[in-house]
Amino acid sequence: MLELKNISFSAESDGDTKGIIRGISLNIPENKFIVITGPNGGGKSTLAKLIAGIEKCSAGSIIFNGTDITDMSITDRARLGIGFAFQQPVRFKGMTVLDILRIAAGKALSVSEACDYLSEVGLCAKEYINREINASLSGGEVKRIEIATVLARDVKLAIFDEPEAGIDIWSFNNLIRIFEKMRSSGKERSIIVISHQERILNIADEIIVIADGRIVKQGAREAVLPEITGTESAVDVCGRIK
Amino acid sequence: MDKIDAVQQRLFKEVADLHGIPEGAYNLRANGEAIGRNTTANIDIQSKTDVSGIDIRIKSGTKNESVHIPVVLSQSGLKESVYNDFFVGEDCDVLIVAGCGIDNCGSQDSEHDGIHRFYIGKNSRVKYVEKHYGSGDGSGKRILNPVTEVYMDEGSTMEMEMVQIKGVDSTERSTIAELKGDAKLIVRERLMTHGKQQAGSIYKVSLLGDGSSADVVSRSVARDDSYQKLDLCIIGDAACSGHTECDSIIMDNGRILAVPSLEANNIDAALVHEAAIGKIAGEQLIKLMTLGLTEAEAEEQIINGFLK
Repeated sequence: MLELKNISFSAESDGDTKGIIRGISLNIPENKFIVITGPNGGGKSTLAKLIAGIEKCSAGSIIFNGTDITDMSITDRARLGIGFAFQQPVRFKGMTVLDILRIAAGKALSVSEACDYLSEVGLCAKEYINREINASLSGGEVKRIEIATVLARDVKLAIFDEPEAGIDIWSFNNLIRIFEKMRSSGKERSIIVISHQERILNIADEIIVIADGRIVKQGAREAVLPEITGTESAVDVCGRIK
Repeated sequence: MDKIDAVQQRLFKEVADLHGIPEGAYNLRANGEAIGRNTTANIDIQSKTDVSGIDIRIKSGTKNESVHIPVVLSQSGLKESVYNDFFVGEDCDVLIVAGCGIDNCGSQDSEHDGIHRFYIGKNSRVKYVEKHYGSGDGSGKRILNPVTEVYMDEGSTMEMEMVQIKGVDSTERSTIAELKGDAKLIVRERLMTHGKQQAGSIYKVSLLGDGSSADVVSRSVARDDSYQKLDLCIIGDAACSGHTECDSIIMDNGRILAVPSLEANNIDAALVHEAAIGKIAGEQLIKLMTLGLTEAEAEEQIINGFLK
């Protein structure tokens, strides 16, 4: 479904060119739930953005369902079926939750259909459907709406960048349920989640550990998880506080 | 409405959502002439004898009634000043819909200057909707210079929705309001300019009585080479509360000068102003592009939401 061929990405900082992604090759088959983990600053989010087209590769190529998408825009990749949930969702003055769900679905979603997506992310649909996505919503609320926008799209590859960041423990349990439901929905789709959370790693088919812009471990959950448990790559819910 | 042509019908639809004859009281004006009028038991409309315009008198106790007074100009080169005075009695609850649409396909400038004065009685509630719209591809300019004056008696409430989204080449909007005790004014202005348009909008709201309040919010978008000057001022002369906000998006070579200002003349006046101008955030565009919109479509959605 998705093939990364020796991709690299470098960024300029203070006149120096720094390699953020250094030659990653990867093959993601259909119907897999992949979790990418690794230390902060290792290049996980950048890799996700390269797949969605938000950043462009300095070298290498990306093949999605047989099509070379390396030079395609964000829009074209989205239309091919790549979905992306941002770590820090942006807010829109004036635009309502219903508006953005309709844009996501690409059709005039009925109110009750839109409400279903909100209920799935644990928001009381009635209260939120006509709310503006502005500063009056909490970080956790915009995060859940962000996930709902990906659910509302019929994507073949869904990428979630640290979906647990900024949400409370109750929502976190709900999030695990959403992922479990997505993978068991019977749709031909793969899911890539960037996360350090042990409970998310626990439901992965495959785990990829990225550090310093390279893949340092990759394999089935059963093989990889025992090796990384207790490290920065796999923390429990309160791990960040410890 | 059978006296009017297709262009005028389209203009009426844009400025007053009129598809036919409105319910209740109305006065329809096209190319400088009254083309239809209806009064009700509670709402009377009379032409002025000294200048062009009408007096609208609404009896005390009138509830859930509406007045539509839209104006359209489709003849190039027409310039007019119209004086409309609204006398709203006590304890009323009414909707007033005004607005002006100009279609100028010719080479001469068309201009409509509407001077609206509202005298609102005690404890009355008025919702006022005013839309301005321009169309036509002639070289003649479409000019609108509305002046609105609002005099609010004790305990009255006025909600004003002022919209100018498209096609007006030059506008100088001036709104003044004076509020007695416990009166409340809410203004929601939405403005979009494009091409080489120039727009000025001045508000001067005086809170004269204890318990009076005003919330004046302007959202605007300046695109292409257009220019806007937004000047929102609230004066607190009593124990009152006031809030003014200019929130603007600039695009292309658009320019905006926002001048929110406050004047407190009483120790118990609580006044706040806010102003923000910026381009559309890159993250907003990227988010909508990941949902399958092109950059241009994303921009359109963001602006539509912002001006909704």
